[in-house]
Amino acid sequence: MNTPRVRTVLEAADIDRVLTRISHEIVERAKGADEIVLLGIQTRGVPLAERIGRKISDFENTSVPVGALDITMYRDDLRLRPARALETTALPEVGIDGRIVVLVDDVLFSGRTIRAALDALQELGRPRAVRLAVLVDRGHRQLPIRADYVGKNLPTALQESVRVRLQETDGSDEVTLSSGRPTPLGTDPTSGDAA
Amino acid sequence: MKKHLLSSADLSREDAILVLDTAAQLAQVADRPVKKLPTLRGRTVVNLFFEDSTRTRISFEAAAKRLSADVITFSAKGSSVSKGESLKDTALTLEAMGADAVIIRHGSSGAPHRLANAGWINGSVINAGDGLHEHPTQALLDAYTLRENLCGGVGDLAGKRVTIVGDVLHSRVARSNTLLLATLGAHVTLVAPPTLLPVGVENWPCEVSYDLDASLAQADAVMMLRVQLERMNDSYFPTAREYSRRYGLDHRRMESMSEHAIVMHPGPMNRGMEISADVADSKRSVIVSQVTNGVSVRMAVLYLLLGGNSPAQPAPHEGIEE
Repeated sequence: MNTPRVRTVLEAADIDRVLTRISHEIVERAKGADEIVLLGIQTRGVPLAERIGRKISDFENTSVPVGALDITMYRDDLRLRPARALETTALPEVGIDGRIVVLVDDVLFSGRTIRAALDALQELGRPRAVRLAVLVDRGHRQLPIRADYVGKNLPTALQESVRVRLQETDGSDEVTLSSGRPTPLGTDPTSGDAA
Repeated sequence: MKKHLLSSADLSREDAILVLDTAAQLAQVADRPVKKLPTLRGRTVVNLFFEDSTRTRISFEAAAKRLSADVITFSAKGSSVSKGESLKDTALTLEAMGADAVIIRHGSSGAPHRLANAGWINGSVINAGDGLHEHPTQALLDAYTLRENLCGGVGDLAGKRVTIVGDVLHSRVARSNTLLLATLGAHVTLVAPPTLLPVGVENWPCEVSYDLDASLAQADAVMMLRVQLERMNDSYFPTAREYSRRYGLDHRRMESMSEHAIVMHPGPMNRGMEISADVADSKRSVIVSQVTNGVSVRMAVLYLLLGGNSPAQPAPHEGIEE
């Protein structure tokens, strides 16, 4: 067996620059920060949403509400694996009704995580609009879903895996692409942590 | 977790904490405009109740419905059981209807075990109280309530002192609680008249005392058990008044408890017997929140047993031997 080759795609400074750009794009499109609510998808979307929130708060001089969304109960592959532990869902106090909700996730892959997140949102309230920001878009969509704000478009082969590491969850900031770890047959590659 | 939940002894410390953590997340659903999750859509859950029950049956029904399962409620009265149908034939009927889980309450100790292990049905069996034996989901909801009130809602119950008072002999709640709370690291003290303690209680993971006043001061929580008048065929104590004087929790006794200590009761209460009305309605009493927590905990159990293709396995924690 040949060992999988690992290549760094984004380093810490790149991640920071990319998040700064996304933050500006979000505010630009929403024409201000007043109506924005950022919702990070568990687990690595949450620290990303918090970072974007801090950046927007800084350069708009206001505080942007940030929350966390756990989509486990809405997944379509629940019955392919043993039941999983749940993560926290925490909506900001202002709620999401009438707001522009920006979902934040680390990797956009099949699109199934986002489908689940949209289902979850529907039962939590009625946003004015829902948008999607991802750090990496690696392609291979299985549903008609696209991101509004993309950190990096990363063409990949199906058998490659993208790994996002963040200071808050993994101790350092890095996005790597490694080859030669085929997706096990019968499982559905759903989300980003592709681990 | 094991496929069936028949006894508190089926739960390891990690299993129990996983159930409590999951319940804490699911408790939020009660605050939402849409109190429903799609997770168990298409699963069939049968409530099989051979004994009367209000809160347990309703609680399981609410829990299953919030997870979008189809719920069939079956009570022995008005069914073929009153025509003499056996447990086996009832089970085969349920299996033929495709039950994914059977929640059973039965007057005979061991009936859930028989149902789970006789090969009559393929689904999970959840014990909702069998005879004088066990009632594990009650123990889980009590552990949840204790954790919320005494431990900030995280981790286990290490070092907490829980005093369980009253009719231990007839109480499945006492047995399930003693096992589960000990698993979670709490010190359990059972207080009862000698006539209301079961044979073999010395082998339970707890202390036993006959003196309520002596154990109140150190307790972080006092759990009063219902005096089960319907099971009192012999005289276990001279008079109700004497029982109430020695083992009832009244205002005077509550004063001797420490500031933070809470009062619990699994219900239904005999007000004036094991617990006085002013204690039951006092600020220390968490009896109403026990009922609320029951729904969350039962949602957690149903999700963890039925949500995937097999029961959930807790992630191994560091420093804990499996």
